[in-house]
Amino acid sequence: MAFDKMELKDIEVWDGNFAAAQAMRQSQVDVVAAYPITPSTPIVEGYAKFLADGYIEGEFVMVESEHAAMSACIGAAAAGGRVATATSSQGLALMSETLYQASGMRLPIVLNLVNRALASPLNVNGDHSDMYMIRDSGWIQFDAFCSQEAYDLNFIAFKVSEDHDIRLPAIVNQDGFMTSHTAQGVKTLSDDAAYGFVGEYKPMNDMLDFEHPVTHGVQTEEDWHFEHKARQHNDLMTKVMPKIQSVFKDFEKLTGRKYNPVEKYNMDDADVCVVCLGTSVETAREVASDMRAKGIKAGVIGLRVIRPFPFFEIAEALKNVKAIAALDRSSPNGAAGMLFNEIAGALFNTDTKALLSGYIYGLGGRDLTKAHLVALFNELQANADAGKVTTKLQQFIGVRGPKLAFL
Amino acid sequence: MSEMKNIKNLKEFSTSADRFEGANLLCPGCAHSIIVREVLNATNDDLVLSASTGCLEVCTAVYPYTSWDASWIHIGFENGSTAVAGAETMYKALKKKGRLKQPERTPKFVSFAGDGASYDIGFQWISGCMERGHNIMHVVLDNEVYANTGGQRSSSTPIGSSATTSPEGKKSYGEKINKKDMMTIMAAHGIPYAAQVSPNKWKDMVKKIQHGFAVEGPVFINAVSPCTTEWKFDPKDTMHIADLATDSLVFPLYEIINGQELNITYRPKNVVPVEEYLAAQGRFKHLFKDEYKYLIKEWQERVDSNWAYLQRREEARV
Repeated sequence: MAFDKMELKDIEVWDGNFAAAQAMRQSQVDVVAAYPITPSTPIVEGYAKFLADGYIEGEFVMVESEHAAMSACIGAAAAGGRVATATSSQGLALMSETLYQASGMRLPIVLNLVNRALASPLNVNGDHSDMYMIRDSGWIQFDAFCSQEAYDLNFIAFKVSEDHDIRLPAIVNQDGFMTSHTAQGVKTLSDDAAYGFVGEYKPMNDMLDFEHPVTHGVQTEEDWHFEHKARQHNDLMTKVMPKIQSVFKDFEKLTGRKYNPVEKYNMDDADVCVVCLGTSVETAREVASDMRAKGIKAGVIGLRVIRPFPFFEIAEALKNVKAIAALDRSSPNGAAGMLFNEIAGALFNTDTKALLSGYIYGLGGRDLTKAHLVALFNELQANADAGKVTTKLQQFIGVRGPKLAFL
Repeated sequence: MSEMKNIKNLKEFSTSADRFEGANLLCPGCAHSIIVREVLNATNDDLVLSASTGCLEVCTAVYPYTSWDASWIHIGFENGSTAVAGAETMYKALKKKGRLKQPERTPKFVSFAGDGASYDIGFQWISGCMERGHNIMHVVLDNEVYANTGGQRSSSTPIGSSATTSPEGKKSYGEKINKKDMMTIMAAHGIPYAAQVSPNKWKDMVKKIQHGFAVEGPVFINAVSPCTTEWKFDPKDTMHIADLATDSLVFPLYEIINGQELNITYRPKNVVPVEEYLAAQGRFKHLFKDEYKYLIKEWQERVDSNWAYLQRREEARV
């Protein structure tokens, strides 16, 4: 191997972007094709610098658009090697056509998606509208709540995505700026341990195996298209979650850090709980602890895996709760929020009598404060006490002007 | 070691082993398959191919069949060049890392796309690939129209042609805009090789393709592909139409080396009037009405002027 290893301290102070870049280095990604966009740019800059400094043997292609970035990633993955990139917001929107193509062609690619609002109006800060936009694109989706998790989930994503039974691309989400640009202590793996965990890339149907020519990206019409899509959905519904669980276990054995598709906090006896994503999970956990001191049995659920949606895991986690709030950090533009709908779907045919209400918050990087969450938990407790939702089913929090509530 | 094919005559050509099978769904008389065979037959090396969405793609990889006995990829309409550039990048990475399964082989990376996928929707992707210096060849199957979607105008559609989105009618002679000069634009990227080819001049084509395979860096090939369906001629006349295209100098055959050295590679002994080229195709039929005959004159003047320009560049070695 003609590259240098890097000595890391047991705990390094990294932001989410650098943590992801380090994980890409330690996974020895063969090809990165990328296009810069705030706030994800430092991830691919990191890879480029590691390459320039001789810490990676691979190829970095700075292309002319995000659509081209994912197009080149698809070509590189079909050729047969480890591929990753990063983007945010408008970049994801531009590459969205190719996201469906990557997953439909069953190519393992890891995309670090640093969540940012979608224009218009233009905004560079964190919300989840980009993540939501491509949620049905056939990619596996993980969600990191902090830098440590952005680091860890990259290794896990490669291992799940590249498994020959899975062969589906994976997204690792992290919150724009709140995670991507906030330095925290990150427990590291040594280069050898990290690469040992991810393992050497094992090609399958690789275009560069000239003894076995292969056709990628065929045409199917009404005779076969449905079967292809059905098979992909089948694999996401039946194979991916068990694989994720087993990789989570392997990772726990290696690091002691335990991940779950549904991350529960104070849920054993919770009467009220919020379900949310990203950095909001950590804020909600703090407030839930505060609420406990005030006699409200508050809990928090953070979704670690968004696709495949942990349908039964979330129903199980919520079965004894009296009032639930689904927090969506994306404007649903004329509907209930995504988490509200998914959770409602997961609970509908169960015995639970839980009350579900939805909150829209944090658009374009607006802070979700502890005060917001205290008020929210109090509303949930009021719902639980009244045995019905005492507010509108959908409320906007943290927005200027008269209170916005619907449904 | 790189290995080019040495095919001496058409008989040898017709019996040469194919990596593009005759079993495909292209129209009878379609020039695409002829051009593809001519390109692939230029080398014995391994091939990594892409096709952008279009006639060639939809007619050659309909699941569960494939016409390709070489690695082949299709992603979308605009990004065939970038798909093969991505594969070429992986090749470089794995070569560096010593992880190629057949390290002694010297694959050629070729992307095929129509004029719509090259002149229009894929323009940015191709420009990016050329600018970045990928070791790939992009071949335009230039039939001057969106044939796969039923004959809409592209920026390659020539003036006076009737296309479904620029139809001739009582008050229109059809397409109003001159064909985009893609060769000059691509050559301006400073790429090592750009060439215009035609399937009827197969020896000229093979020579150019082999030159393209021999150089390091991006290569642009513009191949005129007479379209029986949209140009409206009898399928048996494909080569005749190609002859008219090259011999009327509507499609002059030339190459540009390093963006700076233009060579004309075919000089017809008897130059055919442009009028004959136009008259042989239904898409120009309306130009022969009295009120549009001035357009035929303008056509001839434009072709003459372009030919004079190419000759001046050749003489000046620029």
